[in-house]
This record gives sequence, structure tokens and C-alpha cells, in this order.
Amino acid sequence: MAVLVVAETDGANLPRGTLATITAALAIDPEVDVLVLDEQGDEASGAASGIVGVRSVIKAGGPGLAGNLAENLAPAVVEAARNYGYVLAPAGTWGKNLMPRVAAMLDVQQISDITEIVDGDTFIRPIYAGNALATVRSRDPVKVITVRGTAFAVAEAPGGSAAITAGPEVAAHDIARFVKRELSQSDRPELAAARIVISGGRGMGSGENFQLLDQLADKLGAAVGASRAAVDAGYVPNDFQVGQTGKVVAPELYIAVGISGAIQHLAGMKDSKVIVAINKDQEAPIFQVADYGLVGDLFKIVPEIADAL
Amino acid sequence: MKILVAVKRVIDYNVRIRVLPDGSGVETDNVKMSMNPFDEIAVEEAIRLKEAGTASEVVAVSIGPARSQETIRTALAFGCDRGIHVQTEQPPEPLAVAKLLAGVVAAEEPGLVILGKQAIDDDSNQTGQMLAALLGWPQGTFASELVIGDGVFDVTREIDGGLETISINAPAIVTTDLRLNEPRYPSLPGIMKAKSKPIEAKTPADYSVDVAPRLETVTVAEPPPRPPGRMLESATELVQILREEKGVL
Repeated sequence: MAVLVVAETDGANLPRGTLATITAALAIDPEVDVLVLDEQGDEASGAASGIVGVRSVIKAGGPGLAGNLAENLAPAVVEAARNYGYVLAPAGTWGKNLMPRVAAMLDVQQISDITEIVDGDTFIRPIYAGNALATVRSRDPVKVITVRGTAFAVAEAPGGSAAITAGPEVAAHDIARFVKRELSQSDRPELAAARIVISGGRGMGSGENFQLLDQLADKLGAAVGASRAAVDAGYVPNDFQVGQTGKVVAPELYIAVGISGAIQHLAGMKDSKVIVAINKDQEAPIFQVADYGLVGDLFKIVPEIADAL
Repeated sequence: MKILVAVKRVIDYNVRIRVLPDGSGVETDNVKMSMNPFDEIAVEEAIRLKEAGTASEVVAVSIGPARSQETIRTALAFGCDRGIHVQTEQPPEPLAVAKLLAGVVAAEEPGLVILGKQAIDDDSNQTGQMLAALLGWPQGTFASELVIGDGVFDVTREIDGGLETISINAPAIVTTDLRLNEPRYPSLPGIMKAKSKPIEAKTPADYSVDVAPRLETVTVAEPPPRPPGRMLESATELVQILREEKGVL
């Protein structure tokens, strides 16, 4: 059964999550079409048509594309989804907002955030913030799935030459209106997408002391995060929080500084490829998940790391 | 304006999850259960709107086994006015929950429904969006700010890479993200008062909803364990390993 990939787009660049979703789609079935829902759809459609393995690109049009509102996009996805056995989208905030609306309109139970494909009906997805992996089999005639971007390789491009066809006209409903978008203008990468994350815990002692981590982060091109304890202590804002109730991250390198390793924090970072823990207490639970540990005074060790770079 | 908040009873966020040896699920016997943290934020937001005079009544609804009533009681202790418990043997899947909530909405006619963006047990992040679809209502998901206007809600949403603001017409669905507010602790008088607040008992049949699961859980497994770590002596050694052995710097 053919797969429809609902692409999150960013101008001519297809985000990593979309490219990974196309890889997942090709693992389900070789017949993969990509639906582009973008006001400036020409660039994104062109990029999608160049992806190796994509059969065709469906470019939606119409006034409802402006503002990226699920209220407008979902009916168009439902219309485009006819004759497909699978509808896939990346599990970023864009896909998470849109796809359950699509699934409910199709009367199917969505499968969120898959990390592995077992067979055409069976998928693996993390539950309890990755503390358990559930293998689930879907009985629904159309499978609506979101895909965890870090779990699949990016699709190969360029090299493909898929035809671009005109797709559904997206109507603008007046129940929701886009007002504004403010993307973070930080020089540092976004926490959830960073290759390196440095997080501080209660051991940092104060908000001012996070400057120590900022300096190291600037040298490494890293994002700065925090444990819930550090957030609760008022050292940093809530959007720094890594953990089950904060952001779940899986960077190539995670450096935990002055973090004891409460379960709810571990749930947010334990899928990182390499974990380094720096803590004065050698019994701290963080060392049980760390690949490398340094026991000692973080105010001495962190500057030493910065110097050694 | 009446506000409906949906609350789910989940394993407490501080409990270490144990996968059952037979792979049928995770251990829930003798495990501390709490209100889903994102639902606490939903309750807090609704209570603040009531305190501000914007909301006239706050109704807490939970769907699940008998003990979900404890979670409703917690919501009542926060300050919700009354509860509705739709009793099921197992917590249903998001689509069935959304259908049941749509039934509750049809009966209660709230102007706003606030839900947590996801439950920290199955991590689906679906119910609010599905409810919005079933009702044909707009959705303000992953909200970090909610401003109530005249027949409209301005919702600031947490999106990848920043924030987005949308304006949606009432009635609407809002799902909460972490920065929306910091929930209070229930007060002792609140806890005492909660005991006498009414909880209406309902069943899926009352809403003509089939809660049979669409997904079959084949197995639940532990994630692969991490290899044991190494304690290092110095920052220099660490940098050398990260650079040369691991190639991550």
C-alpha cells in the first residue's frame, strides 16, 4: 500500500525530520509520494522531487496554506490521503499539531513517534519518555504515523526526479488565524536539535554560575539545558528543562554538570550517544548512565575542559 | 464561560518505570500514581481564569479505572467545582478518549476545553487535537500563554525553534506546555472542600462510544542497556577521549 508523506517544509530546505520520515516511508513501501503544504511550495516541491526514491510530489495550493494552521491543513491532508495505506509525518511540533487532527477525521488511532518499523502493521515506539519500548500492531485500514527524526537516516538527495503534480486546494477557515511567529534568535543551536548539549543542575548553585556553561557551550557550539531541580531553584527559565516533563533530547554528546540524575531527568537525555557526567558526589545516579565520569568540583573541572579544547 | 479540563491518572513522574517480565506492560501495582503533570498545568490555568472572573465554572473530567476518581479529587482540591468520571477498565486510546470527551462537551457545552499536551505514560500527544477535529473546533496546542478576548483566544504556542501566536475563535481546545504556568500545591482547606464536591459517574455507553483498542500491544520491552561507563581522572583525558576515540568534539 502506497505511502503519503506529509512534508514539513522550510523554504527550499526540507528539515531533517522530513528527510528521515521519507526514509521510514521507503522502508514500509517503495511507492512513496510527498505532499507539500507550503505557501512557497515551488521551492519545497523542487527539493522533494530530488529525493531518491520519491515517486511523485503533490503540491497543494490555495489561501489556506498561509500560517500553517492545522484547522486548514488537516482537511487537505484527509483529501490527499485517499488511496493511500499510510500517512506519515515527522514528529516535530508541526506534525504533532497536525496529524492527530487528520487521524481523528479518518477515524483511525494514530501511532506517534515511531523509532522502528517491524513490518507493515507493526511499529516500535518509546513510551514513558523512552523508559520502555512498546511494539504495537495497528488494525486500522489507513495508518497515520508520526516518525521520530533521530531514529531514521536522512533520505538521499539529490538524485531523484519525481514528477510534481498539483494537489488539493486548501481553503482558509476563519475559526483560526495566524498572528506571528518568533523564532529564537540565539547564536546557540536549539536544545532539541543540538549536536552537543551541556546541562546544569542544582550543583551550579546559582543562575549567574550558568555563565560557566555558556562559555563552554560557545566554544563547542552547544546548547545549554538544565535539570528540573535547577529550574525549580530559579536558576534558569523552564524552557531550559531537559527531562520527562521538559524536553527530550538525544544529542551526540550530552554533558551533565552538577546534576545528580533524578529519574525524570534521565528520561530526557539517556538516549544521547555519549554522556559525560561531572559531579562532586561519586554515588550520584547520573554516573550509572554516563559513559565518562569526572568526580570533583565543577567550578574547577568545567574551565579545565574549556582550556583543554 | 464554563471550562472543562481533562485529567489523567498516570505513574508519578519520579517513579522508576519497571517493565513486566512477560512484556505485557509496565508495573503499576503498588506504584505511586499522580495527576499527569501537563494536566496539572491545565487545571491551574482553568483555576486562574476562574479566580480572574473569566470562568464561571471549572469541571474536571477523567476517563479510566475506578481510581481515576482520586485524580478528579486532586483537581477538585486545586479548586475545580465538580467532576465527571467516565469509568473504563483500562485507560482507552487517545481516539476513544477524544470521542468520550466530545460526548462530555456535547452535554456540558463549555466555551473552552484545556488538556495537557500529552500524558507522560503513553506519550501520544493526540487527544486534544483529536477532540478539536471531532468537534470541528480550533486548537491552540502546546500553549505557553493564553489570553482570553471577546469570543477569541490568543494562544502563544511552543514550536520547534521558538514561539508562534495564533488567534482562535471560541469555543476552542487548548493544550498546555510547561511554560504556561507553575501549578500550585492544593491547600488543606481545598483538600477538605474537595471531599464534598460532586463527581458524576458515567460510562462509555452513556456517550455511545466504542472504547475497544485499535492498536494491539505486541510487547513492551526495556530499552537496550547502556554499556558501563568509565571514571576519568582529568578534564584533559576527557577532551582527548571525546575528540580522538569518540569524534564528538
